[in-house]
Amino acid sequence: MSQELKILHLYPEEMNLYGDRGNVLALVRRCEWRGIRAVVVPHEIDGRFPEGVDIVFGGGGQDSGQKRVAGDLGRISGGIRGMVEEGVPMLMICGMYQLFGEYFKTLEGEIIRGIEVFEMTTVGGKERMAGNVVVESERFGRIVGYENHSGATRLSRFLSPLGQVVRGSGNNGEDGQEGAIRENCIGTYLHGPLLPRNPRIADFLILEALRRKYGVSRLEGVDDGVEYLAQGVGGKRPR
Amino acid sequence: MRPKRSSVLIGKTIRSVSRLRGGAGSALPGLVIEKIDKNFMKDCLSQLPRGVVVVSGTNGKTTTTKIVVELLESRGLKVFTNRTGSNFVRGVIAALLEKIDSRGRLDADIAVLELDEAWAAKFVEIVRPKYSLLLNVMRDQLDRFHEIDRTAELLAKIAKATEGVTVVNREDSRLVGVESPGEVRFYGLAEGLRAEFPGEDGGGRRLVRPTASVVLEALDGKMATFRTGQKSYRVKLGMEGVYNAYNAAGAMALVLAILPEARFSEFMPALSSIQSAFGRGEEFIVEGARVRLVLVKNPAGFQLALRSFPTKEVMIAINDSYADGRDVSWLYDVDFSGLTEEIAVVSGVRAADMALRLKYDNKKVGAIIPEFSPALKKFLVGSGDKCIFATYTAMLSIRRLLSGKGIE
Repeated sequence: MSQELKILHLYPEEMNLYGDRGNVLALVRRCEWRGIRAVVVPHEIDGRFPEGVDIVFGGGGQDSGQKRVAGDLGRISGGIRGMVEEGVPMLMICGMYQLFGEYFKTLEGEIIRGIEVFEMTTVGGKERMAGNVVVESERFGRIVGYENHSGATRLSRFLSPLGQVVRGSGNNGEDGQEGAIRENCIGTYLHGPLLPRNPRIADFLILEALRRKYGVSRLEGVDDGVEYLAQGVGGKRPR
Repeated sequence: MRPKRSSVLIGKTIRSVSRLRGGAGSALPGLVIEKIDKNFMKDCLSQLPRGVVVVSGTNGKTTTTKIVVELLESRGLKVFTNRTGSNFVRGVIAALLEKIDSRGRLDADIAVLELDEAWAAKFVEIVRPKYSLLLNVMRDQLDRFHEIDRTAELLAKIAKATEGVTVVNREDSRLVGVESPGEVRFYGLAEGLRAEFPGEDGGGRRLVRPTASVVLEALDGKMATFRTGQKSYRVKLGMEGVYNAYNAAGAMALVLAILPEARFSEFMPALSSIQSAFGRGEEFIVEGARVRLVLVKNPAGFQLALRSFPTKEVMIAINDSYADGRDVSWLYDVDFSGLTEEIAVVSGVRAADMALRLKYDNKKVGAIIPEFSPALKKFLVGSGDKCIFATYTAMLSIRRLLSGKGIE
């Protein structure tokens, strides 16, 4: 019997800027190339939360989209938090990353509540942190991406960042941290999109999902020559 | 009111010196004038009897501006316009310095200016246009404008500053509601054609479309049918590509607003003779091969380009300088299903990223050659129809090389 993974794409209509759907594409292909069937299921505002989800993904969007999504995310937050604790692999980018925190305070002082998966807060600022980013992480080695956000995120000291910023701003441009990771849930500001250029992270999500579902402990390798070529170029581009 | 004599003198002198030093097209003259005489541009343009026309939007500015200019010239108007690539305030000043005489007089009836969205918003604070044409709001260079809503706001500023007629694309939900002290008119597509033109936000957010003064009713290759008032007109356009026909509808709506006494039929010969603008689907013949060079700037534009030019021999060139868009993730918002299965050459600074994008669509890539000269050498082997899709600065470099190699 062939293996199948169900990928939940949160709010693909509202949160779909910056090519983040490329991350879902990367997951689907990297499964496909290993003979694993990947099914992508969207969850939209007011939708019924599906069963049997193996990987969860959420992308970046405009501020207006984020506000619309926040309410619905709150509605399904119990389920999401439960899944995080069970170790379901997740990847949240930019706006969704912010909503996985405690709150987001806009420049006007409005508070948008997050779902408290990550112990972190975000405050909207006047300066935009944008440009090519290089991050060093213990688990995934070198990570290369492109950030574009005006929210400054600060992690509590109990929350690990995804990695340390080598070039770029990262979470807030001050503490040298980028992203956050808890259990198998990764949050980050990195677009690019993240997974095509950083296949180790894509394979981590896939392997964790397979491990939980089928007890698989190893993932067949694929030729990542082009991935690392692109990562090399991206890492050398000016800020 | 003419510009100050001293500014004219200084500006023209710097321009001559720049050119002597091989800096043709330099922004220095404009930069200096901006600093020493804030009213220069306003003074130059205020002389024009028929006022200033601004064309803006994410896609199609250059082509549409060119169409508008040629349509007006076909009716005998003398038109001042800014050159391709100078669609910002300093570029307009540079173009003015070129055209005004030593006394600061501009020999033109009307100015038609192509302006980048952000620059157009700044421009209208200085010069109030008599007419404007708002084409569309699309995901383009998000690293510059950050949000589609903000881009829409910038375009709305143009409408708010336009005193005569603002012509708006009624198919773009973010533009339809713009307000203006003057008149607002629309151009658009017939119901049957809407599926040909993908929207940016899944479309369909609003159901009721206002009446358009010019509608593109049908398109079959280069044969376009436009409807205005009660009549339909069939025209064989001089340009290929579905977007060019759409832009022509906008251009016609604008021109009919500028020249209310003219009839649509009077412009048909001009519409048939206008060719593709510089680098936007330009054709080159190189050693027996017909090579088309197509500019791509954003997902919708790339998809339309793929649909308009379904060639099997393809090269894609992606750069990431400021003008190309520094964040290349937009490539993942392009639907490449219409692209041929094997792409001969991928080039440009971000060739590897493009190859990666194609890999994730299970497409084959023949060769990854970032440098343009060797890439073209590999790509231009053999005769037959070839197509190069390139981002802005890549297009400029490739155009230079192709012009050197063969006949344009």
